[in-house]
Amino acid sequence: MRTICFYFQVHQPYRLKRYRFFDIGARHNYFDDYANRSIMRKVAEKCYLPTNQLFLDLIKEYGCRFKISYSLSGTVIDQFEMYAPDVLESFKRLAETGCVEFLSETYSHSLSSLKSREEFEKQVALHDDKIKEHFNQTPKVFRNTELIYSDTIGAMVSDMGYKAILCEGAKHILGWKSPNFVYTNAIDPKLKLLLKNFKLSDDIAFRFSNTAWDEWPLTTEKYVEWLNSLDKKEEIINLFMDYETFGEHQWAETGIFEFMRHLPRQVFSHSDFEFLTPSEAAEKHQPVAMMHVPHPISWADEERDLTAWLGNDLQDDAFDKLYDLQEKMKLVTDDDLLRDWKYLQTSDHFYYMCTKWFSDGDVHKYFNPYDSPYDAFINFMNALSDFMLRVDNHLQQNNLKQFLPEEINKMISDYEGKIADLKNLTEKGNRKKVIQRKDTSVKKKPATKKIVITKMSDQDTIVKTSNKASKVKAVKKTKKVTSAKPKAISKKQTKTKK
Amino acid sequence: MRVLMFGWEFPPHITGGLGTACYGLVKGLAKNGVDVLFVVPKAFGDEDNRVARIINASDVEVNQESLLIEEFWKKVTLMEIGSNLIPYVSPEEFRRIVAQTLLDKTDIEHSVFRTKFQFSGKYGKDLMEEVSRYAIIASVLASKNNFDIIHAHDWLTYPAGIAAKSVSGKPLVIHVHATEFDRSGENINQNVFEIERKGMIAADRIICVSNYTRNIVINRYGIDESKVFTVHNAVEFDKETFEKDWHKTVPEKVVTFLGRVTFQKGPDYFIEAANKVIKKYPNVRFVMAGSGDMLNRMIRRAAELRISEKFHFTGFLKGDDVNRLFMQSDLYVMPSVSEPFGISPLEAMRASVPVIISKQSGVSEVLKHAIKVDFWDIDAMADAIYGIINYEALSRFFRRNGQEEVMHLKWENAALQVKNIYQSFFN
Repeated sequence: MRTICFYFQVHQPYRLKRYRFFDIGARHNYFDDYANRSIMRKVAEKCYLPTNQLFLDLIKEYGCRFKISYSLSGTVIDQFEMYAPDVLESFKRLAETGCVEFLSETYSHSLSSLKSREEFEKQVALHDDKIKEHFNQTPKVFRNTELIYSDTIGAMVSDMGYKAILCEGAKHILGWKSPNFVYTNAIDPKLKLLLKNFKLSDDIAFRFSNTAWDEWPLTTEKYVEWLNSLDKKEEIINLFMDYETFGEHQWAETGIFEFMRHLPRQVFSHSDFEFLTPSEAAEKHQPVAMMHVPHPISWADEERDLTAWLGNDLQDDAFDKLYDLQEKMKLVTDDDLLRDWKYLQTSDHFYYMCTKWFSDGDVHKYFNPYDSPYDAFINFMNALSDFMLRVDNHLQQNNLKQFLPEEINKMISDYEGKIADLKNLTEKGNRKKVIQRKDTSVKKKPATKKIVITKMSDQDTIVKTSNKASKVKAVKKTKKVTSAKPKAISKKQTKTKK
Repeated sequence: MRVLMFGWEFPPHITGGLGTACYGLVKGLAKNGVDVLFVVPKAFGDEDNRVARIINASDVEVNQESLLIEEFWKKVTLMEIGSNLIPYVSPEEFRRIVAQTLLDKTDIEHSVFRTKFQFSGKYGKDLMEEVSRYAIIASVLASKNNFDIIHAHDWLTYPAGIAAKSVSGKPLVIHVHATEFDRSGENINQNVFEIERKGMIAADRIICVSNYTRNIVINRYGIDESKVFTVHNAVEFDKETFEKDWHKTVPEKVVTFLGRVTFQKGPDYFIEAANKVIKKYPNVRFVMAGSGDMLNRMIRRAAELRISEKFHFTGFLKGDDVNRLFMQSDLYVMPSVSEPFGISPLEAMRASVPVIISKQSGVSEVLKHAIKVDFWDIDAMADAIYGIINYEALSRFFRRNGQEEVMHLKWENAALQVKNIYQSFFN
């Protein structure tokens, strides 16, 4: 039996509010609660709730003969928790049927796979925990942000224990080959590749309501006929799309819900196709070949590459500046900072800075809060600048907290000793001064010279130490500092921490 | 002594420095005992009437008799020039204006005997038409009022000044706040240039806001230098603005550019200098405040140089935000390519912000406590920026002396010089 594999991407970013230069250092809430809530509610009513109900009905009707899969980004789950618990409940009901698979991805729908393995692994682990918490499943199949994939990303994902990954059946990669087979990663053949059949996927996701399309209107009969007309040797049709296709990109009035409602019946009665989830499909079908993808591909735009998020100067600068924070973020312990760090990484922020909207403008404009990519860039950089300041402040405050109690005690005793020494010196100096004054009548040249020298050296040490102390104060901003050498110790400390 | 003065705008309804300068001058003249009838194309009713009688050109009736004058005027020069020239508008405003002119067509109010012209008083699409209609009104006013001298500010009002002169025969003073060469570089609008030149030729005295501008008038417009005078602008501040409770919110030093982001203001030199400084000294932020046709290019350039986490853009700033920005600033830079005067560094100094100004500005002739560099010399500019933000003593010196210096630039004194020029007609 041949396989149809449905996968839906569910994601909403935390959009930024208008964040001005004047807000830097003054206000730290970057996200537009009102817009995020209202967009979430709107999409919930038009898409998430009715579509979830539709799939629940279908599973009730056909049992696990009908199967689907989802990838929910961590940010969209966070938004469900905040603004749409009803949607989260309905996803949980879908999970309980046992006919729905949830896939793995990065928590914040980020581009971290392109930048840092460590950050990537961290975000994937966070996401899988979240899925486990809500849906009681441990994801086995991976789906990277916007289906971004390359040989190295695949190898990394395989190392992390996933057995399959979804990617785009991009023409420039496949050449004459068909996307309707299972392939493997070129570096690690253990990892299976499920390739999106973009023609049949986009017939539903993009062209369904297009009256200028010569196949309009698309009926289930026609669609199943197309499936049947495929070469009999071909094994799997991967239909991957945004979940917002249902009710949002394609309005309910276009008949998209009716199409989906009747598709399983038509498939069961008029074809030899079955529905499988990605992990089942990857298990069932043997890979036919390796696929080489030296440069990253994605499912976006006509080019199927990364240019929707990266490539122009605005995007590259913002992206690099964001990930320059990586090392520092490892030391951060503050929950608010860690949350903002996740949300700032969401790929949508870079998508809004895309300047090639002439060809793909419609999709890029979808829920885009900005007038222009320049606007998007300025706003993001302002927020990021404030975030950088917060991280630095936090780390400075944290530095002191990192000392162990015995170290602090040692430092205190060290410095007390030094202070005592200094006091001694000044007392001596004073005494000598007094002596000097007393002896002014008696001219003792060499002696006065000596005194001057000691005095100067005294002053020197005082100046030096007070300088150090003030430096420490400025750096650490703390009352506890009585020491002169915490810098060296803190360096040691961070080293051992690493 | 009574002066019929033609302006284009008057506070609080202003779009540029011209309105502010006129206000200061009129106030200063009032203190020196000169009576001013100030004409604006459109008065809103809330202008400061204490210092001058404000005449709203939109209220002036043009009757049959004065239409004859209009005929006469038309013989003198042809003024209707179809042009989309817009000297002082931001791109956003331009879009709005174009959209608006499609909507309102009914700007002339007809009755059997009388006609009133409605002026928008903005720098808009049919500016040329407004300029010439303003001149018609001027001739009417000139025939109805008593005055000794005519004084016209900038090219928009020169035709009005000429018209008033030809009707009344009184001496004409024109006041050059900016020339077409300042606004457009070498690619001048020929129509505007012609209007400016005719105004300068017809004028009995020309007042320029700086020697820099005086040289342009003499050399570029070929005007006899004996009738061209320089009276530097002054600056007047209301005292309340700085009492608000704003404080610095970023720990770094802040270096600010404030102005239209256009060729004339030299924003590109600012960004290049900023890049040099950031590479050497990370504890700094640069802010470019304002809007203009070069803004997007500047944003791209900042990203290209990879300095955008330290280089911020605010867009056009309104009202309080300007002062708020000064409160945040440790240094103000005006790298103008060509600036007849340039009042904004004075505002910065008044707010205790040290300034770096380009030598190609009028204001550099009057300021002592400012660093002056050539606009194109980004190394010198970077040097000066680095010096001021790094050496506390230097910046303290500029802060203290700058504020004092700027408080001594009084419109009263400038107005006295203007009065002396008026009096030269009667001696």
